[in-house]
Parts: sequence; structure tokens; C-alpha cells
Amino acid sequence: MKSTIKYAAAHPLDPYLRKGMIPHIWCTGCGNGVILNCFIRAVRDLNIDVNKTVVVSGIGCIGRITGYINMDSFHTTHGRPIAFATGVKLAKPELNVVVISGDGDLFAIGGNHFIHAARRNMDLLVICANNFNYGMTGGQYAPTTPLNAKTMTSPYGNIEHPFNLVHLAWASGAVYVARWTTVHVTRLLKSIKKALTKKGFRFIEVISPCPEVYGRYNKMGDALEIIKWLKENSVIQHFTDPSKAEIELGGKITVGEFVEKEKPVYNDLILHLKRRIKEKLEKEGKRTLVKI
Amino acid sequence: MRRDVLTGEYFTEGDIACAEGAIAAGCRFFAGYPITPSSELAEHMAARLPEVDGVFIQMEDELGSMAAVIGASWAGVKSMTATSGPGFSLMQENIGLAIMTETPCVIVNIMRGGPSTGQPTKSGQQDVMQAKWGSHGDYEIIAVCPSTVQEMFDLTIEAFNLSEIYRVPVIVLGDEILGHLTEKLVIPQPEEIEIVERRKPPIKEGYSWFKFNPASIPAMASFGEGFKVYATGLTHDETGHPDMSPETQTKLVKYLCDKVRKNADRIVKYKEIMLDDAEIAIITYGSPVRSALSAVKRARKEGIKVGLLKLSIVWPFPEKIVKKVSEEVDTVVVLEMNYGQILREVQRVAGLERVKFLPKFGEDLHKPGEVLELVRRCKK
Repeated sequence: MKSTIKYAAAHPLDPYLRKGMIPHIWCTGCGNGVILNCFIRAVRDLNIDVNKTVVVSGIGCIGRITGYINMDSFHTTHGRPIAFATGVKLAKPELNVVVISGDGDLFAIGGNHFIHAARRNMDLLVICANNFNYGMTGGQYAPTTPLNAKTMTSPYGNIEHPFNLVHLAWASGAVYVARWTTVHVTRLLKSIKKALTKKGFRFIEVISPCPEVYGRYNKMGDALEIIKWLKENSVIQHFTDPSKAEIELGGKITVGEFVEKEKPVYNDLILHLKRRIKEKLEKEGKRTLVKI
Repeated sequence: MRRDVLTGEYFTEGDIACAEGAIAAGCRFFAGYPITPSSELAEHMAARLPEVDGVFIQMEDELGSMAAVIGASWAGVKSMTATSGPGFSLMQENIGLAIMTETPCVIVNIMRGGPSTGQPTKSGQQDVMQAKWGSHGDYEIIAVCPSTVQEMFDLTIEAFNLSEIYRVPVIVLGDEILGHLTEKLVIPQPEEIEIVERRKPPIKEGYSWFKFNPASIPAMASFGEGFKVYATGLTHDETGHPDMSPETQTKLVKYLCDKVRKNADRIVKYKEIMLDDAEIAIITYGSPVRSALSAVKRARKEGIKVGLLKLSIVWPFPEKIVKKVSEEVDTVVVLEMNYGQILREVQRVAGLERVKFLPKFGEDLHKPGEVLELVRRCKK
């Protein structure tokens, strides 16, 4: 898939994109483009060194984002971007490591890695594109699909209770938690910028329209109508109780920041541990744990 | 004094020798999940890695361990994990990713009896075919098979070197007996240890770290060095970008296989013991080598012309030497702690008729007397 598009003039964000990979694979009206745009704008606005930034994605529509971002990037297996990113951050702590992936990838098949990376306070920014279903495989229900919503595998309406992602992130120990929709472009950009300057496990959920699949099955109208619906039904409320921010079919969506706190970061704890061992080795001239 | 290569003589166990071999080879990242009988290896890495400015992490499962190992390797650090049967099954997913993205890394499997939970505290060699075929898709892999504590050290270094040269995950196939066996280990002087360091791409602009030429495997770029690396588990062309065309799939898969197949003569490692005049050849690897060696010595005293072909690397399968040896003898005897895995490879090369087999199903290593008995019967 090589681009045949002729660019009229350079776009200010062009240097942040692998132009040979454009056009992207996403459907018209999909929210992933907004997430891509906000992320690279945040990096540009903060003047973050793109050569010291690594973006990791999993499998699904948004997983292709790593192919479009002109930074070190890796498209991992399904569910494993956080675990892969953990290895990167621990091996080269000076890198900014960002995971951008979908709700199925991060919370079904990769749910274990999410809760444990948050528990450890691994120094990662995780951005989740939540479109309430598995879009790439044709629209099956996900751990985020609201009760009664229709998908290809819940044709009579979903009978599973969904995860409330911001509540899960809060309970797992994330130090920054926010939720926005792709309608809240300015706020999302601001939130990503804030998260990029913080340390520790940071989580941003982005409610993202899927007009071609989830929207179609649930008779939500075209992309414009979904955007309008999101705009009218999201309520901005900062630092409310995340347990009360559940998303129900046809209900209001609470957006805003939910958590902002400080907690020792895993990489700093490693540094501290290494320093302690080094001092002891130098002082006593012998190793502490002698098994060999 | 250097803290990475602990030069000296020790009386220690295989799991620890393996960990020390890894550190001596330059491994500075370990991600794993506790599992018998490989936990001692992780415990030793947890104690040792912070001393040498490395990182140990106990992940939430083996899926994550393998993913973290690949991440660390792309960050430019030699990395490894260690596990046993059930954990090895879980790692297969991302072993496939390491193959597809040509990521150097080492996976130690201290084998135990299976299937499923099987015999956690007992030995076995039932994962030999899984090491070769465990992940989906067509690929080739390298697997080393130590049979002494010393080899747990030496062959782990070899595993790291091969993984850097061929950009392929390398499996160290140990087993419970070897992992927990205590015997002499000599750690040489650092300058006596041959280490293959990570090669750096020569240029930044226009360099591709995916070039499908088995004769010249490209150096790998690392994160954070301005290369703007992109790698994917999807079928990709030589730019590394996804390409689903049948032409690209053909080129890629052929290359992934051929870089091991076509270099097999350089990779394989074996030892021929008392084979010069042999009429019977025992072919084995791992812990059963110990029983075989003892049986060969006893049989020779009885005047039976028997020799031993010890395979130190089973994947790629050393076809040439197995063919040569089997053609020179009347009978080939295969010993394995399974119901016939490498046996099939030997039969493929040597033919069905002349190959005898002594299986063991776990826990119970072949007794030298049993091997001797079989050799005597072959003689008749």
C-alpha cells in the first residue's frame, strides 16, 4: 500500500508522520485519526525529543498507529504492548515510552499486563482508544461493550457487564487517569500534554466513534451523528468518583480527569536498589548474596 | 575485580551456571515468572543483575515475560527469560514475534514431565519438538542442549552469541536433572570468553534492518538512537512495513527459514566419542548423554565397538553428521527422556530399520546398565 496522494503543501505535522505509510487504513468517521493527531501535536507542542520517544501498540485498528508515527515504534502481538513497553522502559530508562492501543487489546487479552503495570507504577503513558467493540475483526463484543448493546457476537444484546476503565485504572494504582472523547480535541490534547510531563503509570481513555461497525449495529447514525451524540451526552466533571463514571447504553458519559497523584516510580526504585548494592559492594568489597 | 564474569572454580548447580553464563555473555535484562524447576535461575538473576547494572523483573505471567524480553532487546540490551514446560507453552506466542521481528534473545527451558502440569519436580525432554514448532507459522530456530553444569554455562554463552549473529531467539533446552545437578563449574577469565556484541547499523538514513539475504543478516537498530525503528509482527517487506502480498510473504518466510537452514553447517555443534571403529552408535543429547557415556565405557571394556554422538545443538538438526555416523555403523541407538522426538529426525536421516530407541517418560533417567543391556542386544 504505497501512497499515491499528492501533497499540496507541507503540513506542520508532516515530520511526525511516516508519509510512505499514508493513507491510513482507518474508516471514514473513525476516531483514531483524532488520537493520532492529538498525540503528535502534544509531542510537538512540548518539544519532546522524538528520537527518545518510543510508541508501542497492540493488535486492532488503532494498533496500526505505530506504522504512521515517525518515531521508534513497535507493533506487538495482541494484548502485549504494555509488557513489551515494560521491557523497553526498564532496559533504557531515558526513553519516553507510550502505549497506544484499543480496549479489547488492553483490557481483554492484555488486561493482566494493564493492572500489573499500573500496580508497579511503571513509567508508561497508556492511551486507550475505546470504541466499545472489536472493530478490526468485524465488530464483536469487548470488555467495554455496554449492557444490551448489539455486536456481531451479541446479536440479541450484550449480557456481559462492561469494565469501567477509569475505575479499573484508579483501583490498579495509576497516578494519572483521564477520560475524553474524540470530540474533546483541545481537552484531550491538553490532557496528553499533561500526562507526557508526568512520571509513573498514566492512563487516558479516549471514547472513539466506530460508525462503520459498532455504530451501524446500534443504529447510531453516520459519523457526524455519532459525533453530535457524543458532544451532547458527555458531561465534563473533574475528579469525580471513578466508580460512578460507568458507561451505559444511551446514558451520559462522564469525562474529565479522575486521578492525579504522586507515588514512587518503578524505575526510581530500581535506581535506588542498584545504588544501595553498589555502595555496599564498594564499602565491604564483597557481594551481598553469595550463592556462587 | 569484574562483577560480571566471576572467574574461578565452583561447585554449583546447573540453573546457577546458566544464569552466570548469561551474565558473562552480557545479558543485562531478565523477565520471568516463577516455575519449577527453573525458579533458581530467576532467583539467581534477581540477586546478581542489580550488581552488574542490569534489571530483573518478575512479570505477571510468561506471556508478559517474553514480550518484555523482546522490548528490552529492541532497547539494545541483551535479554533472556527462563521457564519450564507450561510456561514455555505460554511463551510461544511472543517467541513467534521474536522470530518475525528477528529479535536476538535467549529462552531457557528447564524441561519437566508433561503434558499439562505433569511432573513439576521431575525431569523430561518432552519439549524438544515444541522448541522447534511451538509457535505458529513456518520458521527455523536454534536450540542448544547442555548435558553438564559446565555446559549450562558454556552453551548459554553460545546461545547469546548465536542469537546475535543470526538475529533469532535461541532456546537453551536444559532439564530438571541438569538444572538441579551440582557439580564442578569453571568460569574462565573474561578475555578467554568469546562474546558476540550487538552489531550497530552503519548508517542512519535509508538503512533497513530487514534485508532478506541469509548470507548477510543486517545489524539491528535499537530504540533511542535516532533510527525511527518500526517493526511489526505482520508480514513485512524489506522496509519493515506491512505488506500482505504473496511475493513478500514468500520472500520473508523463505528468508526466516533459510538464515538458519543455509547456515546450519556453521551453527551445529556435536561431539563424536569413540566412533572411529564403532559398529553401534548411540545418539543422544542433554542429561541422557551422561548415562550413554558411562554405558559406552563399560561396553568397550566388554569389547563391544560402540561410540557416542552427543548433540550439543539439536535445532537446526545436524543432519550431515547423523547421516555420516549412521552410514558407518550397523545400528543406531537413540536415547531420549520422551516417547520419540529427536528419534523421528534420526529415523528420517538414517532410515527406519537400523534405529533402536530407548524412551524414558520422565523422572527416570536412563540407567547406564539399561543402555548397556540394549547395546549388548544390538551386538547379537
